[in-house]
Amino acid sequence: MTATIVYTIISLSLLGAVAAIVLYIVAQRFRVYEDPRIDLVEAELPAANCGGCGYAGCRNLAETLVKSENFEGLFCPVGGNETMARIGAILGREADTQETRIAVLRCNGSCENSPRTSNFDGAHTCAIVSALYSGETGCQYGCHGFGDCVAVCSFDALHMDPDTGLPVVDEQKCTACGACVKTCPRNLFELRKKWKGDKKIYVSCMNEDKGGLARKNCSVACIGCNKCFKVCPHEAIVMRNNLAFIDSYKCKLCRKCAPECPTHAIIETGFPPRKIKADEKTVEDTIIN
Amino acid sequence: MSKLLTVSPSPHIGSDQSVQELMYGVILSLVPALLVTLYVFGIGALIVVALSVFSCILFEWGIQKYLMKSEIRIRDGSAAVTGLLLAFNLPSNLPWWMVVLGALFAIGIGKMTYGGLGNNPFNPALVGRVFLLISFPVQMTSWPLPVVSRMHYLDATTGATPLGLLKEAVRNGEAVPEVMKQIPDHMQLFLGQMGGSLGEISALALIIGFIWLLYKRIITWHIPVFMVGTIFVFTGILWWLNPVRNATPVFHILTGGVLLGAIYMATDLVTSPMTRAGMILYAAGIGLITVIIRVYGAYPEGVSFAILIMNAFVPLINKYIKPRRFGEEVKHG
Amino acid sequence: MLRTFHKGGIHPPDTKLSAHQPIRDLPLPGSVAVLLSQHMGAPARAVVNKGDAVKTGQLIARGEGFLSSHVHSPVSGTVAKIEEVHDVSGYRRQAVYIDVLGDDWEDSIIRDGTLDKNIRSDGEEILKKIVDAGIVGLGGATFPTHVKLSVPRGKEATCIIINGVECEPYLTADHALMLEKGEEIMVGIQLLKKALHVNKAYLGIENNKQDAVEHMQRLACGFEGIEVCELQVKYPQGGEKQLVQAIIGREVPSGGLPIDVGVVVFNVGTAFAVYEALQKNKPLIERIVTVTGRHLKQPSNFRTRIGTPVSVLIDAAGGIPENTGKIISGGPMMGKALSNTEVPVVKGTSGILILPEEESARQTSQPCIRCARCLSVCPMGLEPYLLMPLSQQNLFDRLEYEHIMDCIECGSCSYICPACRPLLDYIRLGKSNVGKIIRSRKK
Repeated sequence: MTATIVYTIISLSLLGAVAAIVLYIVAQRFRVYEDPRIDLVEAELPAANCGGCGYAGCRNLAETLVKSENFEGLFCPVGGNETMARIGAILGREADTQETRIAVLRCNGSCENSPRTSNFDGAHTCAIVSALYSGETGCQYGCHGFGDCVAVCSFDALHMDPDTGLPVVDEQKCTACGACVKTCPRNLFELRKKWKGDKKIYVSCMNEDKGGLARKNCSVACIGCNKCFKVCPHEAIVMRNNLAFIDSYKCKLCRKCAPECPTHAIIETGFPPRKIKADEKTVEDTIIN
Repeated sequence: MSKLLTVSPSPHIGSDQSVQELMYGVILSLVPALLVTLYVFGIGALIVVALSVFSCILFEWGIQKYLMKSEIRIRDGSAAVTGLLLAFNLPSNLPWWMVVLGALFAIGIGKMTYGGLGNNPFNPALVGRVFLLISFPVQMTSWPLPVVSRMHYLDATTGATPLGLLKEAVRNGEAVPEVMKQIPDHMQLFLGQMGGSLGEISALALIIGFIWLLYKRIITWHIPVFMVGTIFVFTGILWWLNPVRNATPVFHILTGGVLLGAIYMATDLVTSPMTRAGMILYAAGIGLITVIIRVYGAYPEGVSFAILIMNAFVPLINKYIKPRRFGEEVKHG
Repeated sequence: MLRTFHKGGIHPPDTKLSAHQPIRDLPLPGSVAVLLSQHMGAPARAVVNKGDAVKTGQLIARGEGFLSSHVHSPVSGTVAKIEEVHDVSGYRRQAVYIDVLGDDWEDSIIRDGTLDKNIRSDGEEILKKIVDAGIVGLGGATFPTHVKLSVPRGKEATCIIINGVECEPYLTADHALMLEKGEEIMVGIQLLKKALHVNKAYLGIENNKQDAVEHMQRLACGFEGIEVCELQVKYPQGGEKQLVQAIIGREVPSGGLPIDVGVVVFNVGTAFAVYEALQKNKPLIERIVTVTGRHLKQPSNFRTRIGTPVSVLIDAAGGIPENTGKIISGGPMMGKALSNTEVPVVKGTSGILILPEEESARQTSQPCIRCARCLSVCPMGLEPYLLMPLSQQNLFDRLEYEHIMDCIECGSCSYICPACRPLLDYIRLGKSNVGKIIRSRKK
């Protein structure tokens, strides 16, 4: 009995030792040299592997960062400037800074605003609806509401609002990785400059139809009337294909355009409620300063 | 128009065969075998079948509702099929709690851990049976005598199965033709006059079910025919080489759940290969392993293990045996 | 045993409700909207302006570039506007709106109904006339016919196959045409043969149209080099590759066209259009459209001018039934559901199918039970059960490896699936994504 135990212990230990030696030799012989800085850089990255930087994952970006001379075109939107600065310190290079951004849905075609003209019955994804036909509403530019963007968001920052049938961006969670921008078959998401207090002014419409048609299909469509364009003091508004677009980098949040819009297609959020007209000037001043 | 039109991608029509119909078709095809087993094993069979079906459905419902928190899909009938097939793989005097345990294992471990219907690599009923066989070998291999003990449940008089007698005899060095004299003849085996699991006894009833399944196009003939064929050929060769040590191929096919396995267990849609060629390979593999276990292994009966082993190969078979594509032979470009 | 293709296939119920309805002329609508893009390829460019008076058969839009086709005015009247109209996909596309005024035809068009068997033109002239008449494949794909007739260098056509299969349930347009215009079709086939310099033509008809088979067989005796083949009923026999295999047993290579095995396939409707263009000088301005549905008062086959709104057709067939849930342009297997009945008829519209509410909704999708039915019915030998999840996960490399591009989108897999899974929805999506990747790689 004792002998069995002793032999078992000896033979197993020997087996283990032999295996260890083989493994060690193999590990030495086939070792691949990797820059140790890659691990350091990767540790700084958010490890979300969202692909927002354009690379397959955080490791992939780390490798590219270590190899690159300067950080041109390389930026982790999730980690933002802080992360890039820390990585810059590790690698001894100057990191670019970028404005913080946030995803914004440029459609307000809720069930109420944009009446349904047909019922879709098929696999519930926006991609399939888009490939099949113009969608459940008369607007052929608007949101389908099947939530491909919600499914693709790695940060749980998008949710469907059951009342409007539109996705809602959670400003606390959105990292501007751009996954929704790439996924939306209608190209309705835009990464816009993020202001303090999540103040936003944007044209919530992508409809390029002529005014009458656009309005017929959606009560809050941009009808391309040029009113906002004329009133903007900062040349931040561009008119293209019957559609106004507010450049978030030129816009100074003066709020002059929003009240002009006859269809309320310009949405402003995060501002204190508007005071009576006479006081408007002061409100603007306080915001700008 | 007041109503909105529906828009969906083509095709706009579908066949009328649904998953429910497939499952209920399988259950219907098991009715002849069920009647035979009720006649032969009586009250014990009734208790085991009812208990097994009921607990399988209950466990599936419970797991879907409280653990997976998903949609309840017990109406598709797959749990009932699993329960029925599990019962058909058990002896009729199995204590009730073992049946329930087997059902829990079949549904819980065999099916739901993988994500429910369609995702399980192994046949759930067989997972339950093999679990019971390994955990409670004594109870799982004491078979009530046919017909005589049909008014008894746990107190039934037990005896050996034909295959058990054969294995014992071969181990003791007795000649097979001698043993055969104690075993019911082929006609009796064909009709179901033998000890064994609930569902495996009557070849006739199972074949009626098989014809029904083929008629309703629920399964194809490939797996059953090739599995039985392989067993027949392989045991036939052994018997021809040494008739004293080996039983006849017909005996092998009629006993020990070969037909039950071939028609109902191996053909389980979820766990069998997708292509015809794959099915044939899979069926032949099952046949081969069954005979190896029976003739050379420790167990008298090997269909369950053979099917589970080949189940494990199904993903590999699906990966490497592809259907022939239209226009693939011709080189282009 | 009748001939058919070898692999896969399904047997949906025929439901040819309008099978023995004669072709009726649809009364002229009040106005038409003629789409500029009715064919595969680049849209045609309008050559008329608002306010212009047009005659029936006058060229109103010129197809520019090789893969494009001319469009002619189907009616006489004045051009009201050139604006967008919803096409079958619900998107708005450019169209010429014409207000109908009388029915004044171009003088060059011969309008008597007499049969003209005398072939006067040579190959080149036939090709030129087909281009001028704006003829496209009338089976549904609307591939410009002159492109099919221009055999690429290094390839040789040995025979042509005429598709009279009409394997889609419900549709009977080709059937009706064969019964009524059989001889004209035969002359059209001779013309196509001449244009391609081949001596042999096969006409494939499924044996659920026994009367058409017999009628065409009788007529074929009077024409040299035309063989009528009776085929076993099986969907999708009307697919080019399946039809070629069913009739001459050759297998079109994966990724190839029928011309790779020396065959060019045309629809019977196309053959008839070719006859009219050559012998009667008539461009493609009308076609046979089946209007059908179980609850429709009078399922019919109409000779319809291009550009007529679908609603006019439905009204002519007895009006839209109360319980309508879905209106489909084309057959139930491959047709497109319409969101709007003002969509105009185009060259490729073979039928209008009206489904009641209870047949419109899809069944709820259940988990895949790996029953392998999709695999056994796939006529291309693909594995739909595998392609669908791969497409859902955007694994494009794997999809390409699994030959998703071979899919002909016949819908057999979705039809047969007992779990009612939307297999083709996702396969189509994956196919379009993989197609984009392949095209970008070539650049």
